[in-house]
Parts: sequence; C-alpha cells; structure tokens
Amino acid sequence: MMKLVLFGCLFVFCISTLAEDQRFPFDSPQMEARFDHLTEELRCLVCQNQSLADSDAPLANDLRKEVYAMIQEGKSDSDIIEFLVARYGEFVLYRPRLNSMTLVLWFAPALLVTIGVITVIALIRRRSDKKSVSESELQRVRQLLDEPDQ
Amino acid sequence: MKKLIYLIPLAIFTVMVFFFMIGLERDPHLIPSPFIGKPAPEFSLAQLIDADKTLSNTDLQGQVTLLNFWATWCPTCRGEHDVLMEIARGNGEIAIYGIDYKDDAITARKWLDQLGNPYRAVGFDQEGKTGIDWGVYGTPETFVLDKQGIIRYKHIGAVTWEDWKNTLEPMIRELQ
Repeated sequence: MMKLVLFGCLFVFCISTLAEDQRFPFDSPQMEARFDHLTEELRCLVCQNQSLADSDAPLANDLRKEVYAMIQEGKSDSDIIEFLVARYGEFVLYRPRLNSMTLVLWFAPALLVTIGVITVIALIRRRSDKKSVSESELQRVRQLLDEPDQ
Repeated sequence: MKKLIYLIPLAIFTVMVFFFMIGLERDPHLIPSPFIGKPAPEFSLAQLIDADKTLSNTDLQGQVTLLNFWATWCPTCRGEHDVLMEIARGNGEIAIYGIDYKDDAITARKWLDQLGNPYRAVGFDQEGKTGIDWGVYGTPETFVLDKQGIIRYKHIGAVTWEDWKNTLEPMIRELQ
C-alpha cells in the first residue's frame, strides 16, 4: 500500500515538473535553436546562478516571453542581447564582453598559466644543469672511490 | 636578494585575498543600473486609481521625482510603504510617483485606501512590460529622476528611513 502511495506521489511530481516546462511554438527548428541558445546564454536576474532557460522566477518567464516575441518578430540575436543589456546591464551576459573593465578577467588566467609554465621550465632547467657533472668532478669521484677504505 | 623571488607567490596571494575581501563585502544582488545618467525609458500606463487617466514619463519631468516600483504581493514593499508615507507627509514638495508592478488592481486600490497613498499618481503595469523597460528585477526599486527626466540614481530593495536621510534626501536637495 505504502509503495503504491509513493509511486503515486512520484507520478504527481513528474506531472508538475512537466507542466512548468512551458514550450513556445516556433515556425522553424532554427528559431527554436536560437531561442534555446539565447536563453542559455542569458542570466536570470533574480536567481543569479541560473540562466533564463533554467529559472522558474516570474521575471525569467517574462523575459523568455520577450525573447520569444523578438525572435518571432525577426530580430537578430545581437538585437535581442542588446535589448536586455540596455535594460539590465552586462550582468545578464554569462560571457562578459571584452572591454577595459573585463580585460583582467579575460586575460589574467592565460597570463598566470604562462608565468607558471615559464617558472616551472626555468626551475627544471636549473636543476638539470646542476645534475650534469663535469669531467673534473668525475675524476675526483673516481679518486675517492679508488682510495682504499681506512 | 635573490631569495626575495620566492616571496612573489605570497605577494600575489595577498593581493588576491585583498580583492576577494572586497568581493565579500559586495552584495551580488545589487546590480548597477545601465540607466544612470540616461533619460528615463518611455512608458505610458493607465493609472491605478483612475484608469481613464494615464501616467507617462513626461509627467515626471519638471521636478525632481522618486519613481517607486511596488506591488501588494511583495512583503518588502509593505515595510517600505510606511517610510514612503513618512516622506510624503514630511515633505510635500517631493514628487513620489509609483508603478504598481504585476499586481491585482482591486487589491492594490484597497492597499492604498487602508495604508494611505504617498504617490501623486500610480501607473498600473499589469504585464510587467514597463518594469522590464526600466530594468526592474525585483520590487521594490526606486529611481531618482532630475528635472529633465534623467535617471540619477536607483535604489534596489526597500528604502529605509536611514537610506532616505543619508542618501536620497541629500541627493534630491542637491538636484533641486
């Protein structure tokens, strides 16, 4: 009996999640792909670590409708992104634009990795230089080995 | 002298910690508005109390204005309402306008009847389109507009009495 109730519960939850996945009817699969791509690339302002596509916030729903309407009107992707950036700022973009403010953000990781690699190479070289033994040092070692133990 | 080179990672780490500490102090929910210094976005809405009248951005020009986005379903707005009432009572020359955002008109009218109406006029934004045009992402949000209708400041979240005394009132004085 308990199992049946649990099973029933699962079923109910399934239906409720399906119901929230509000799909928009598109004329072409290309338009739908653009919609999916745009809503993945844009951030929900309310629950900030979710994209517009993921979020259940009412504002995200409204903005999805806006994006849908603009696609239907034949606006380009850059028009749609510009529409949202003009209102909410560049914060809506998951991929920040390259400008003087974001220069460090974009290039610091590559710069740090480069510095790291150079440092590691330099250290390894220096260490291997020390390992190579000169001819005079070898002779000295042989001498020491040849000496009888005392 | 050469040993100092080993201090570089520590120095970089210290700088990073410094920046991270600044980051911790910041509230990620306060998203800077791209409208600061720009003319108010155009809108024209039916008024909440008298639906035959409209409220548009031209109504906001000619004086320093507070434009407050609110809703009856927003608990923070309830707390803020008392402060807005206090501001309206204390200083009649400050024009407070409201936009009722994605709300039920009857509930909203009742709210103003019971709690008092601090607004000169309230636009009724049922669809939330005006909210989107103004970059509103959560009520309450309050904009300060100068006499030319240029947005000077945006306050996100409830305006407290401290916010009013420390930030908004001095700013409005200066703009007037």
